[in-house]
Amino acid sequence: MTSATIEVRNLTVRYGSTVAVDDVSLDLPADKIYGLLGRNGSGKTSLLSALASFRRPSAGTIRFDGADAFENPAVMHATCFIRDSLDASDSDRVCRVLSVARWLRPTWDETYAEKLVDLFELPRKKSVGKLSRGQKSALGIVIGLASRAPLTILDESYLGLDAVARDVFYRELLADYLARPRTIILSTHLIEEVADLFERVIILHRGRLLLHEETEALRGRGVTVTGPAAAVGDFAAGHTVLGDQSLGGTRALTLDWRPAPGDVARGEAAGLTFGPVGIQDLFVHLTSQPSLEARR
Amino acid sequence: MAFDDRSPIYLQIADGIKNDVLSGALKEDEQVMSTNQYAAFYRINPATAAKGFAQLVDEGVLYKKRGIGMFVSPDAREKLRADRRERFFAEVVEPMLAEAARIGIGVDEIIRHLGGPR
Repeated sequence: MTSATIEVRNLTVRYGSTVAVDDVSLDLPADKIYGLLGRNGSGKTSLLSALASFRRPSAGTIRFDGADAFENPAVMHATCFIRDSLDASDSDRVCRVLSVARWLRPTWDETYAEKLVDLFELPRKKSVGKLSRGQKSALGIVIGLASRAPLTILDESYLGLDAVARDVFYRELLADYLARPRTIILSTHLIEEVADLFERVIILHRGRLLLHEETEALRGRGVTVTGPAAAVGDFAAGHTVLGDQSLGGTRALTLDWRPAPGDVARGEAAGLTFGPVGIQDLFVHLTSQPSLEARR
Repeated sequence: MAFDDRSPIYLQIADGIKNDVLSGALKEDEQVMSTNQYAAFYRINPATAAKGFAQLVDEGVLYKKRGIGMFVSPDAREKLRADRRERFFAEVVEPMLAEAARIGIGVDEIIRHLGGPR
């Protein structure tokens, strides 16, 4: 089984009168690690559920190498969707949940699963209902990684994991991806600590696609300009302002703009300093308020 | 090498390799680590590392042997030295002189400092 190119066209997911995903179109080439970002209620889980064929689109299509995904057994076998509930009952023991996964997944790697269970120190005999939040997440990660599914979707799989366990998660995810490239989609709120693993970033905002870009293009997309208020205002004129702060006569504007070296030299000559905007900062600025055209 | 947010990581990788070539840590025709080794070591997506390597191939610092890997170009060190020497006064000396002027340190004082025992 190999990974498929996924084409999402005009996807809408509705619950009654609530529109969770609103007319989203996306091309997802195979064998990349995608980061899906968005605030709470932005539609991430609904989009992922539709991608995993757990939910039928209200409108629009999802195609895997051109084939319609919904209720398509080949696509279902090639997809592993790890969500909050783990799709297991509280009374199931950890070892039972793992053996079900082994039985369901043609690409399951038992040796790897055992190694991960040990790494996360998961109690094999405990029932799912008795696991801590972090242990539940870890069990999801074990299933997600050991399934080796051509499309692996991990929806906020870090919840409750402490810093050490998250570190294990990121290290194993990358190592296994390097050895066996496949399509992996991770949704997360912890942008700063995983952004380096993403080849591409997808941002949903209020059900709509705000952005889908290479992570490297996003890094350095914005700039912070600091200096005397009047000079900053002049320099920023015409560019989209993502953030605006003042301290006495000094103003710092965050702009959605990558200035050319010549612009930077011109600004520095006028007494301005330039700073970077990280991916998390950019995300916060882009999704926190409607951005404004630069004001003087 | 620690990455900052200031510039794309692939540029920082490329700069790190250039510095290794300049310092002699990487010799001519020596093989550099693979994209996957880089990715695992620095915990980054391999596409990011590949982008840094591609940039160095474009600039002639590295060359590719198909199916084997990336190697340091025979003339890479000389070329990098020439580039850096050209930029040295504009990028290193001029900013220093500007800072000296701002805080009232004269050129004679700088010369005296440089002329001291090394």
